[in-house]
Amino acid sequence: MSDTTQSGPVLAADGTPLKRSLSRALRRQKIRALMLIAPLLLFVLVTFILPIGDMLFRSVENQIVSETLPRTVVALKSWDATSGETPDEAVYAALAIDLKMAAEAKLHTRVGSRLNYEKPGISSLFRKAGRQVKKWDVENDGPYKARFLDLHKGWGDPDVWSTIQTYSPKFTNGYFLNSADMKKGADGPEWRPEDEQIYWLLLKRTMFMSMAITLSCIALAYPVAWILANLPARTSNMLMILVLLPFWTSLLVRTSAWKVMLQQQGVINDTLVWLGLVGDDARLAMINNQFGTIVTMTHILLPFMILPMYSVMKTIQPTYLRAAKSLGATNWTAFWRVYFPQSVPGIGAGSILVFILSIGYYITPELVGGTKGVFISNRIAYHISTSLNWGLAAALGAILLALVLILYWAYDKIVGIDNVKLG
Amino acid sequence: MKLTKLSALVASTALCAPMAMAQDMADELTIVSWGGSYSASQKNAYHDPYTAMTGVKIINDESSAEAVAKLRAMNEAGNVTWDVVDVVASDAMRLCDEGLAEEIDHDADLAPAPDGTPASEDFGDLLVSECFVPQIVYSTTFGYRTDLVGDTPPTSVCAIFDLDAYPGKRSLQKRPIDNMEWALYCDGVAKDEIYDVLSTPEGVKRGLDKLGTIKDNVVWWSAGAETPQLLADGEVVMGSTYNGRLFSAIAEQNQPIAMLWDMQSFDLDGWIIPTGLSPERKARAMDYLRFATDTQRLADQAKYISYGPARASSAPLVGKHAELGIDMAPHMPTDPANATNVHIYDYEWWADNRDDLNAKFQAWLAK
Repeated sequence: MSDTTQSGPVLAADGTPLKRSLSRALRRQKIRALMLIAPLLLFVLVTFILPIGDMLFRSVENQIVSETLPRTVVALKSWDATSGETPDEAVYAALAIDLKMAAEAKLHTRVGSRLNYEKPGISSLFRKAGRQVKKWDVENDGPYKARFLDLHKGWGDPDVWSTIQTYSPKFTNGYFLNSADMKKGADGPEWRPEDEQIYWLLLKRTMFMSMAITLSCIALAYPVAWILANLPARTSNMLMILVLLPFWTSLLVRTSAWKVMLQQQGVINDTLVWLGLVGDDARLAMINNQFGTIVTMTHILLPFMILPMYSVMKTIQPTYLRAAKSLGATNWTAFWRVYFPQSVPGIGAGSILVFILSIGYYITPELVGGTKGVFISNRIAYHISTSLNWGLAAALGAILLALVLILYWAYDKIVGIDNVKLG
Repeated sequence: MKLTKLSALVASTALCAPMAMAQDMADELTIVSWGGSYSASQKNAYHDPYTAMTGVKIINDESSAEAVAKLRAMNEAGNVTWDVVDVVASDAMRLCDEGLAEEIDHDADLAPAPDGTPASEDFGDLLVSECFVPQIVYSTTFGYRTDLVGDTPPTSVCAIFDLDAYPGKRSLQKRPIDNMEWALYCDGVAKDEIYDVLSTPEGVKRGLDKLGTIKDNVVWWSAGAETPQLLADGEVVMGSTYNGRLFSAIAEQNQPIAMLWDMQSFDLDGWIIPTGLSPERKARAMDYLRFATDTQRLADQAKYISYGPARASSAPLVGKHAELGIDMAPHMPTDPANATNVHIYDYEWWADNRDDLNAKFQAWLAK
């Protein structure tokens, strides 16, 4: 008997192989765990992941042209954009039918706005033409080329037609090219003229400023968190309120307060002039530039750095430091070799928080940044709320998201993401 | 199509007999505006009398600054919660183009002037879009510190480019609109040729070069309250902002500031009705619109804020400020004494070129 049990599979009490029985029990456990988090998972999926996915999808989506002007898009396929000539009558006839239908459904101005992002002037071309074409009898009113040219000379501009042709596919990389200061040319992507290049510069600036803000937050928050963690509870709670107080104050109030402090007729400059350190005609420019943005944002984001640092430092046993010193370490060595490594998870958590928050900020830079302290998020906000060019905003957002993920990955490689603690 | 026709029918019958058909209209209105003293003036002049007359509850939402984006998002979600929205004319054009605002038949949907002049004539050229009902004329213009300009206060807009006569900082809005026109005008371009020049790359460069002569001395603002504050603090010698903001700083807060009306840039603010409302809500919104844009109501608003009524027939009815008791007419941008040299901006041109020029302008600013 003992021979057979050793050669065959190990059986559970009910006779099924133990392996299967175990995996079934584990599976049941997993399902139960999944059921427990299902509501949260569903919530995150519906309210967070799907909307973000939908928004990011707009960065490549371009169906409006082919849906609104289906016949024109087909007729334009055979036209050679590099010829420098306008398309033939067939294309104009197709446009007349498309535009009449679009105008009746009030869609012509939408496609006009879409194409206007690529070539200024198309918006009014479509708006005006739609108004007229609505009255045409598209069966017998030809020839259309002459009629369109009569409406506006813009219809005879080959650039207008090549824009329609370039943006007729259902999906486009145009928005992404745009956010890299490039555009779709006749033969592949090309750089935009220098006076229109802005996104690359802003992206670099955003990264640099966010790093600077994160570093200055670390420098200021570390000693504060250390004091908070090492004072007796009564005093540290008092001081904690001081840290949290600005946290509860309106963002705009704090930003305006910095304006009052830093401007040329402001508190700091007035004090410096009164002390005689600075001449009245040589007041320091401390706001409406990068300096102002870094100072203000550091102040606003400081609590996000102090809190994770504090909660990590709170868990570091003071006995370790005493042990190090009793073994002959100097104060510095004890701090650097024993205390600091244990506080790194707090720095990591704080840095990730502050960095990610700061690359997305736009109200504060808009108010105190002047011309050199503006972030790329200001442009995203412009495209979302003013120009309604959501495709470009989505492309810029996607690039920013990708950058954050790359940095997160790099952080994981260098420091290790297990090494991040919020407390 | 059927639904829109039906709602149009409901709306038109409702307008013929507002009282009799009241049961077919929603009894609540969500009105979106800019907030602050502007919303307060609308509450006093339009909302309160309308509520008193009809019993309709009016909810104020202060989201006009993000109205375009929010309306688009609501429309895509299929759940429009706003009934009447206050936007500037260029935003109204954009909303109309995007199919987010209802087209309005100005003569049929709006009240005629007391003497019977149809609304389209009473508003005249100010009807810049099929979807837009103008309410006020405001202007973006300059204020200067009376104590910082010496004995020769500026009389021309070109003073902003004259660093020798008026040293110190100036504040300008962080956008190309108005600034480019002022720059070209002061660079010697005739007023009626500004947009022709600006349509060429050389013209854009010329405008930016002119602005470049004062770039280091400019504080760029993005919120209307910034210039009055900068002037009050003495941070800038002169700066552009909305004329109503300067009026409050001068008349209500007695700051040492004076107006420079030369080449003030007229702009319009008014109402649109979002698309996608149910027939009852649309009927209510149209009923409110008819009431709030009649001659008397527009004139009443000027009692509370220094913006000119958009109807020609309202101008003679403009009276005194409700609290300060001063005559409002001389503080209106449309007053003949203030409007000797005005800049009227071309909505169609900016609708085409705004994004392109904004990109160039921002690139220029960032360098």
